[in-house]
Amino acid sequence: MIKNKLPALVSLQGVSFAFGDRPVLESISFDIASRDFLAVLGPNGSGKTTLLKIILNLLKPQQGGVLIRGQFVEEFEDWGRIGYIPQKATHVDPYFPASVAEAVSMALSPRAGGGSGQKLPGRQEVSRALRLVGMEDFQDRLIGRLSGGQQQRVFIARALVNRPYLLLLDEPTTGVDAETQEHFYDMLGRFNKEEGITIVLVTHDIGVVDNHVTRVACLNQHLTYHGSHREFCRSEAFREMIAGGRHLVAHRH
Amino acid sequence: MTALWSYGFLQRALVAGLFIGAACALLGVFLVLKKDAMMGHGLAHITFAAVALALALNVLPLPMALLVAGAAAIGLSWLKDRAGLYGDTAIGIFSSAGLAVGVFLATLSNKFNVSLLHYLFGEILAIEPLEVWLAAGLAGLVGMTVLVRYRSLMYMTFDTESARASGIRTRRLDLLLSVLAAVTVVLGTKVVGILLVSGLMVIPAAAGLQLARSFRQALWLSVSVSLISVMAGILAAFLFDWPASATIVLLAFLLFGLSLVLKRVRGA
Repeated sequence: MIKNKLPALVSLQGVSFAFGDRPVLESISFDIASRDFLAVLGPNGSGKTTLLKIILNLLKPQQGGVLIRGQFVEEFEDWGRIGYIPQKATHVDPYFPASVAEAVSMALSPRAGGGSGQKLPGRQEVSRALRLVGMEDFQDRLIGRLSGGQQQRVFIARALVNRPYLLLLDEPTTGVDAETQEHFYDMLGRFNKEEGITIVLVTHDIGVVDNHVTRVACLNQHLTYHGSHREFCRSEAFREMIAGGRHLVAHRH
Repeated sequence: MTALWSYGFLQRALVAGLFIGAACALLGVFLVLKKDAMMGHGLAHITFAAVALALALNVLPLPMALLVAGAAAIGLSWLKDRAGLYGDTAIGIFSSAGLAVGVFLATLSNKFNVSLLHYLFGEILAIEPLEVWLAAGLAGLVGMTVLVRYRSLMYMTFDTESARASGIRTRRLDLLLSVLAAVTVVLGTKVVGILLVSGLMVIPAAAGLQLARSFRQALWLSVSVSLISVMAGILAAFLFDWPASATIVLLAFLLFGLSLVLKRVRGA
C-alpha cells in the first residue's frame, strides 16, 4: 500500500539571508509538520530570530523560499491564523492605554471564524482566548500594569484569539522568573497536545526541550541539527551545546 | 449669549474649530503613542514653506499647502522606512528644512507681511465658508478611518511588528495616518496658526492618556479636551478680545495640568 505523504505545514527551501555583507543564514532547508512542537536552538547571533521573521514574511531571504501550506509566503494570505509572539513582548510600554481585552482584540481577524468555520462574535473569542490562559478576570485591567508573566499570558491569548494552527514564539520567557517559565511551557505543551496547534519556539533554553518539544532544529548560520528530540539528546549537536555553553541555559531536567 | 450666535463669522469659527479640533485630537493619540508627537510640528513648518511659496508665486496658499504638506508626509514615511532614519530625526530634518525654505522665500519675495503672519498665528475668526466644509470633510474622513480601521490602527500603534506579522499592511496604514496628519495640520493652521497647531495635536492627546483606562477612553478624552479648549477658547477670545489661537492652546494646557492632578488624586 502506498502511503500518501502529507505536505509539510511549513517548508523552508534553501533559505539564505545576509545583513549587508554579513551572512546570517546559509542554505537552510527543513520541514515543519502539523502538530510538531519544534524548538529552534542556537547561540546569540545564530539566525534564530531571522529565521522566524523569514517564515513570517517580515524579512525576505536573498536565496530560497518558505512555503506555508504549500503556498509561498509572499502569496500566503491567511496570516490571521498564525499566532506570533515577538521577543520584546514582555517589554510593554507601561503607559499604553490598552485594557487586557483590547490588547487581545486588536489581533482579531475579520476573516477568522470558529472551529466550525462560522464567524463568532469578537468579544466571545477574546473571552475564550483569555480563559485559555487563565486571564479572564483581568479583562478590564491596563496591560501596562500587569506583571511580566501576566503580560506574557495576555500575548499568548492575543496569539490564540483567531484559533491559529501555527504559533511562532521568539524567546518568550526573557525576563520572566523560573516558576512562571515552567507554567508557561506547560501551557504551550497543552496547546500542542490538546488543541493540536503546531508550535515553533525559538529559545536559548535547552532545558525546555526536555518536557514538551517533539522536534529540534539547531542553528549556527547553518542548520547543524534537525530531528526528533530523543535523537537530539544523544546527538553531537547536544553535547557541543552543553560543552560549549554558548549562552545556552541547561536546566535541571 | 444668544446674540453671540447671530454672528456668522463666530458660527463658522466654532464649527470649523470643533471639526479641526476633533481631527487633531483623534490623530494626536496615535501620533503620541507612536512617539511621533513632533510630526505635527514638522508638518507645520513645511506648511510655512508652502504658504511662503504660494505668496511668492501669488497663488492660493491652501491648495499649495495641502500639496506640499501631503508630499512631505509621504517623504517622511519613506525616510523612516527606507532610509533607516529614526522618526524624530526624519521629522527634525523636514522641520528645519521647511522653516529655512519659508524664511528664505518670504524674505526674497518681500512677503513677510500680514498674510504670512495670519498663517503663523491663526485667523479663526476670519474663516471662510469653504474652509468650514473642508474642516467637516476632514473630520469625517479622520473619524471614518479611525472607525473602520480601529483595531488595525490600535495594533500597529501598540506593536508594529506583530501587526505586520498578522497581515496588516502597516506601511500603508502609517502612510495614511501621516497624510491625514498633514491635511489636518494645514487646515489647523487656520484655527491656531502654524506655530501652535502641533499643540492642538499633542496636548489633548497627552491629557487624555493621563486618565484613560482603555484605548477607546483615551480617544474620547482627547477629543473632549480638544473640543472644550476650542469652544471655550474661541468664545473667550471673542468676549475678551484675546488672541484665539493662544487662548485655545493655553486652555488645552490647563486641562492637561488638571488631568495630571486628577491622575494623582485618583492614584492616591
